Amino acid sequence: MPVTHHVKPEKGDVLLLVGTMKGAFILRANESRKKWEIGGPYFPGSAVYGMAYDGRFGRHRIWAGPASMHWGALLRSSDDFGQTWTDPEVANVRFPESAEAALKNIWQIVPGRDSEADTLYCGVEPAALFKSTDAGDSWELVEGLWNHPQRPKWQPGGGGLCLHTVLLDPSDASRIRVAISTAGMYVTEDAGETWRPSNKGVRAEFLPDKHPEFGQCVHKVAQSKTRPERMFLQNHWGLYRTDDRGETWIDIANGVPSDFGFAVGVHPTNPDIAWIVPLESDGFRCTPEGKLRVYKTENAGKKWKPMTRGLPQDGAYETVLRDAMAVDSLDPAGVYFGTRNGKLFGSSDEGKRWSELADGLPAVVSVKAAYVS
Amino acid sequence: MSYLFVIPGPLRELAGGRSEVRLDGAADSVRAALTLLGRDYPKVHDRIVTELGEVRPHINIFIDGDSFRDVGGLAAPVRNGAEILILPAVSGG
Repeated sequence: MPVTHHVKPEKGDVLLLVGTMKGAFILRANESRKKWEIGGPYFPGSAVYGMAYDGRFGRHRIWAGPASMHWGALLRSSDDFGQTWTDPEVANVRFPESAEAALKNIWQIVPGRDSEADTLYCGVEPAALFKSTDAGDSWELVEGLWNHPQRPKWQPGGGGLCLHTVLLDPSDASRIRVAISTAGMYVTEDAGETWRPSNKGVRAEFLPDKHPEFGQCVHKVAQSKTRPERMFLQNHWGLYRTDDRGETWIDIANGVPSDFGFAVGVHPTNPDIAWIVPLESDGFRCTPEGKLRVYKTENAGKKWKPMTRGLPQDGAYETVLRDAMAVDSLDPAGVYFGTRNGKLFGSSDEGKRWSELADGLPAVVSVKAAYVS
Repeated sequence: MSYLFVIPGPLRELAGGRSEVRLDGAADSVRAALTLLGRDYPKVHDRIVTELGEVRPHINIFIDGDSFRDVGGLAAPVRNGAEILILPAVSGG
């Protein structure tokens, strides 16, 4: 097994939690975000699609969902920035017998709202949502979504049938939005009891009916923290925005080389700013023309501009997956992304200039940014 | 009756560092034998069996040298004294 290095973050540091196909890494830098130290690999050999930082109520807890091809998936946490990890007796996220399903992968770990000290959510494959109300000690399947009558018609995408996005409405404790590939988005307004599809305006290029009620392959949705009714959506063909909490979605693929892609990030305070990484075609799924370009909008999608300074523009056939982009909460905001070729890039000035933070990592599948307060 | 379980390297830490464990009890099938294993070593059991009670797809279990999948699956009989060898499959990337 490889030697694991640890970082020692301090108050005021920025963390990057990087999940790869062969383990997890933790990077730290001070607020300048110029120099990064890297810790890991943690869980070498396991794919880590889901990671999260829970800094609520004085915690410094990192969550990870390593999935071993052989031994299955487990949810584990560390209160000392990766030096030690919990090792549950049995899988803590597990389907009840009545569900007649087995956990394949943990895709998303989301701490609850600031008012919900011990609440966490977890999106998994096969597509399901789990909830914990005891700080992750125990987890329960959200039955309302699992028993949805449309679930038997959901289809797996390239990454399996996964629930990969969980968005908690900060102004309404009963409203949660999830995104599933391939089922589209579902929303609850009664804290998970009942769910309805919420895909109006989002097309499904691969179906006979291009605008079905459900069945879209939503790749990622990012919600503004300061204007939560606004969200940006990167679809499997299609780039969208909503200004009405997801009731309707409008096409904003204006001036991008492709409206196909996976990742999308939104500015921490300015709801007009977002970032994407367009990819070419459905089959190729690499950056167009061998140029690694992050596209940024500063007017909610009316225009997108390529941000390329510091990024390779020749022979760069990169793929940035749905969870492999993150935005921190600082001013100016830091933007980070990882590629399937194991490169990690970051910008501490909202995309004007980029630096390569790491190379030679295993294929990056998730990047999360956090501020240690 | 007793059964000898051979624990693969990656799971030995979960079995108290043991490479082999002999368990007493009555098991008329592979499924029942794995339940015996879970009684004393729940972590090991959880890593090789899903919530559905199925052996994980990339795990092989050999009963006296035969893959359990070739001799009747989880319902296959297990003799008293059998060696139950647990191995990760040749898979990965």
